[in-house]
Amino acid sequence: MAHRPIRVLVAKVGLDGHDRGAKIVARCLRDAGMDVIYTGLHRTPEEVAAAAVQEDVDVLGVSVLSGAHMTLIPRIVEQLRQAQAGDILLVAGGVIPDEDVAALRAMGVADVLLQDTPPDVIVTRIRALAAARQPR
Amino acid sequence: MTTDETAALADRLLAGSTRALARGLTWIEAGGPRAEALSARLYPHTGRAHVIGLTGSPGSGKSTLARALATAARARGLTVGIVAVDPSSPYSGGAILGDRIRMNDLALDPGVFIRSMATRGALGGLCRAAADAVDLLDAAGWNLVLAETVGVGQDEVDVMRLAHTVVVVSVPGLGDDIQALKAGLLEIADVHVVNKADREGASRTVAELRAMLTLLPVPPGAALPPVLACTAARDEGVEAVLEAILGHMAALKTSGDLERRRARIAEARVLKIAQELAAEAVARPRSDAAGRLLAEVTRRELPPHACARRLLAEATTAHGGDPDG
Repeated sequence: MAHRPIRVLVAKVGLDGHDRGAKIVARCLRDAGMDVIYTGLHRTPEEVAAAAVQEDVDVLGVSVLSGAHMTLIPRIVEQLRQAQAGDILLVAGGVIPDEDVAALRAMGVADVLLQDTPPDVIVTRIRALAAARQPR
Repeated sequence: MTTDETAALADRLLAGSTRALARGLTWIEAGGPRAEALSARLYPHTGRAHVIGLTGSPGSGKSTLARALATAARARGLTVGIVAVDPSSPYSGGAILGDRIRMNDLALDPGVFIRSMATRGALGGLCRAAADAVDLLDAAGWNLVLAETVGVGQDEVDVMRLAHTVVVVSVPGLGDDIQALKAGLLEIADVHVVNKADREGASRTVAELRAMLTLLPVPPGAALPPVLACTAARDEGVEAVLEAILGHMAALKTSGDLERRRARIAEARVLKIAQELAAEAVARPRSDAAGRLLAEVTRRELPPHACARRLLAEATTAHGGDPDG
């Protein structure tokens, strides 16, 4: 198969207006050679899932710093499932309490990257996830 | 990649599956034999869409105009596929594809499909796979296909090799009438748009573009391209731009120029592919004979042009130009 960069959609959902982290992550992934689609602020779970499907990304990274992750992330999981796009790897990032990490993983979130994750670790973990994915 | 898999994906794409279209575009972008096989299978189903190229300098508002045009087209019941190209980093090869940010209010409309693509080192304002990507959207039945280039300068005119209607987006205050006189980008426009018309100097930019157009040679009976001011971010003047774009297609059809333009697009596209194949063939690991020829150039016994011709002749005959080989 021809060479293809890893494709990642970086999204901010809900009323959370803090996008510096998401932009830094987007930049780090770009500098690691990935194609990064950024949606901007205040997207709905439905919009984010639809964009992930159209863009056919390997990884959908959702940044939530508002504490609403247990409301918003399950909706994205459900939307992807409805679109038969459950194979797109969902990664949650942000300020997420430990007890919620387990719950998110249980509902199918592929990885949870907390707010203190160093950039190179983010790159390594996204690469590992994408590599384990079925070839397309 | 089996023929069955390609056929199954093509069938689902033709049946209107968004997921299949998205996956097909992934194949196309990756390139290689399966991309070529998918393109070949879908090519007979193309030729129905009106392909609109959107180009202009960085920050001129191409993505915002794409969003506004798509909204206006949807109001007329037309479906819209958008291919938006942004640059890859020359250092890492990665890219931030941000055109979607301007198009968020289209995200949930099933009559709009948006795909972001990276240039991956291509220089003409689009990516290598752009024409094939447009074909996929065409085959999938989208009425209008908008191809948005990266922010371009003056000479990136690849968009004319795929679009039926080329829209060049300018903004006020980027240059005087001498800039408007220069060759290149401005010459290829079928419709000129001066975006951000709420800014100072918009009417002057419109006037300068109109004056420039009167100086270009126009075939007898042909109309000058319209110059339209709009403020895409506020949806002001966009209806007139869409009207001009659809009017251009209508005029192409009545005048018979559409067939000539299709022929021009097909020729340019094939030549470009042939160039790429030739470049690949020459760049392959070279034979001893080629090595001896290159040594002759180094010793000044053979001129570089003559050597290049012989290398090309050797490479293309050796591989027979057979895509299935």
